[in-house]
Amino acid sequence: MSERLRTRHLHRFEAAGKAFLYLQSAAIFALDDASRAILDLLEAEPRSRHEMQTALAARWPTDELEESLDELVKVEAVAPVDQAPAPMPKIIPLEPFPLTTMVMNVTNQCNLACAYCYEYGEDKIVETANGAQPKFMSEETATQSVDFMLREAGPNKVVHMTLFGGETLLNLPVLKIAIPYARQRAMEAGKRVEFNLTTNATLLKPDVVDFLVENDVAVTISIDGPPEMQDTFRVFRSGAGSYDVAMPKIKELLRRHRTKPIGARVTLTSKTLDVGRIFRHLTDEVGFREVGFAPVTTSPDRQYAIEDGGFDTMLGQFRTLAEEFRDHALENRHHAFANVKDTLEEIHKGANKAYPCGAGLGLIGVATDGQVALCHRFAGSDEHTMGTVDGGIDRERQAEFLDRHHVARKTDCRTCWARPLCAGGCYHEAQTRYGATDAPNLHYCDWIREWTDVCLRIYGELAERNPAYLARFEGRVTDEASQAS
Amino acid sequence: MKHLKPVNQKADRVERHIEVEAGARGDVVALQQGPLRPDAAVPLGCSFVFFPGWEVDVEGGTAGLCSPVERDLFDCHLGCFWPAQVPDQLNHAPDWTASCASAQKDWRKIDLIFP
Repeated sequence: MSERLRTRHLHRFEAAGKAFLYLQSAAIFALDDASRAILDLLEAEPRSRHEMQTALAARWPTDELEESLDELVKVEAVAPVDQAPAPMPKIIPLEPFPLTTMVMNVTNQCNLACAYCYEYGEDKIVETANGAQPKFMSEETATQSVDFMLREAGPNKVVHMTLFGGETLLNLPVLKIAIPYARQRAMEAGKRVEFNLTTNATLLKPDVVDFLVENDVAVTISIDGPPEMQDTFRVFRSGAGSYDVAMPKIKELLRRHRTKPIGARVTLTSKTLDVGRIFRHLTDEVGFREVGFAPVTTSPDRQYAIEDGGFDTMLGQFRTLAEEFRDHALENRHHAFANVKDTLEEIHKGANKAYPCGAGLGLIGVATDGQVALCHRFAGSDEHTMGTVDGGIDRERQAEFLDRHHVARKTDCRTCWARPLCAGGCYHEAQTRYGATDAPNLHYCDWIREWTDVCLRIYGELAERNPAYLARFEGRVTDEASQAS
Repeated sequence: MKHLKPVNQKADRVERHIEVEAGARGDVVALQQGPLRPDAAVPLGCSFVFFPGWEVDVEGGTAGLCSPVERDLFDCHLGCFWPAQVPDQLNHAPDWTASCASAQKDWRKIDLIFP
């Protein structure tokens, strides 16, 4: 009984005056004073049970301490120093994984020329302007894609079809065929399709709004905020900003489209980092119900890349908004900051990810020529293809992909407490930064850990003070469609 | 658990798992489950004890068994968990085998029990 014990990779946080523990299993436990004192000691240095009992004898009887230690060992928070951690289980889904979401790039053309665009900008991975891909998806490919989606959905009763571009609305004729066709074929197959469309809003004419309303299509608007921010990067080819063209149309859409939530999706850059102001503008002044933020995907030397100091600024502002979200949630009120809600749901369920996202698993992208890709960001890339809509998913390539990208292969992630939620981060970000989809995104580790800590604190506070709010996440399947960006 | 309180759904599952493991302590375990825990209870009975010639003799018959086949009646329902179909001798038929001093000779004296 003289073996020394140490803590495993874990994260402790405080909320609502209580101490909590986030473990590698993604389990969260609240600590009592004894277990807290034990962890304090063990975090300072490894000790034997006897040493701990001696140190804490004045405060707790031996059997209390023993009991508490046993519990910490059982939940795998504490282990003998010489016991190597059990190897991370590497379980690859063997059965054909049913499709939840198909992101369909109906065109790779755009009427805007946003400088940071991953499809057209400096860091693009597919030759979009003069490449092998057709500029617009044909009617035939679109209907083939729908058949493919319903076939690959297997037993799933609900399938998400995300219409994407380029600028999606540039191919309105195909949308007008694909959506009714999908609805018809889904009905015949006893399934239901949920539609989502992403657009820059510049082409939202009244008849387009009619079409979206009639067909119950949820809409995500790419927008960066008030005029001075929107017009920094989201510009027409002439260089003119797009705010004045987009905004009246957005307001009209928000006014008329009431059946489905209309979300705003903001790309943050070093030049447009005023998160609070962007949020106020898009919610209070424009009327979006949900606003999601993502830092721009870029190689580090671009002028719009967010650098270390920028990440701190962004985190500080995220924290302020997250705290606002918490205050709303404590009173069961809605708050539009979408980034927190998704993370809270994952924390509540205890998501422990083998893969950072559903790409190549439950989510795939389809390019204009019907090539199936890892996700919409890789659509058209021969290197990242995973079949075709008429031939189906290439199971061999998929198996190879899943084997190579499992988090167990990411050695850098092994000692990180935030691994259950992060699993190494976006494949496209990794491709852009490091030239390899299987590289962990080491440039934002600190940021991910701090942001996860913010969300954990909010979670702890809600668990203590308004657990009913968290119960709403129970039994829901995470919606990957909302993550397409 | 007393000192740690599960907060999210995963922690609930971890706690249930620990409780199931604790509940299983001292339970009967099968031999193929790996090294035996010191507190495991291993069942005893015919399948664990080397008892040659129990079922058939060298000829494949029952005449030359070193234990008479009739002994199954007692060995199975008393010393083993094998579900031999015998009456409840504790409550309803305490005298069921009273006239059977030697199973090999007297087994015909054991009668059926009628409710």
